[in-house]
Amino acid sequence: MSDVKKFCYLNRKAPYGTVYAWESLEVVLIGAAFDQDCSLVFADDGVYQLMKGSDTTGLGIKNFSPTYSALGDYDIKKIYVEKESLEERGLSLDDLQHLVWEDEDEDYAEKDSIMVVTKDELAQILEEQDVVLSF
Amino acid sequence: MSMLHTVNKSAYERGTLESCVSKAAKGSSVLLIEDGVYSAVKGGTKAGVIEKAMGDVSFYVLGPDIKARGLDEGKLIDGIKVVDYSGFVELTVNNDKVASWL
Repeated sequence: MSDVKKFCYLNRKAPYGTVYAWESLEVVLIGAAFDQDCSLVFADDGVYQLMKGSDTTGLGIKNFSPTYSALGDYDIKKIYVEKESLEERGLSLDDLQHLVWEDEDEDYAEKDSIMVVTKDELAQILEEQDVVLSF
Repeated sequence: MSMLHTVNKSAYERGTLESCVSKAAKGSSVLLIEDGVYSAVKGGTKAGVIEKAMGDVSFYVLGPDIKARGLDEGKLIDGIKVVDYSGFVELTVNNDKVASWL
């Protein structure tokens, strides 16, 4: 498997107000079937996509927030959230869903998927990618 | 003449809220809907836009929109009123005009 590329999905839009977040999630889940090295980045208003406690009953639309917790099952282990974006919005890691993946080499121990990174670290992460898909 | 202003974009992504607030006359009402509700969260860098205008303008957020986005009512800026859809209708009929800031 020398063809494995580093794919990064860059999410910068809030969920529900526009269709970007949901479209991105669909592409990520489809893309995960191709055994590439995937990572997700949430920056700017994109950090709102991972908020916990979403209830869309009042809007009468599908609540896709719980779908993010399935990412671990699709072998997506790297979810980067920009620290500055969280802080600017008065948010912290506690406001986000607790996303995990299971490490089969360690008796399926649950490990955190979300990593809070600074914008400088994010610059480095983006630099290392082969493909960046923006939503 | 009273006026209702609605804002449906996040103040962290667009300048819509600031533009609206700067042009909302004293005594008017601003209702945050859709992604506009993010601007109502306490502690954010844009919270000041609402806090500064609060004495002159009444602020409201649409409840179903904050719930969909996982925002806790307790984390909203003090003094912002949460309304449901019938509250939205009431605001509309109680004001002479409605301006949508898109």
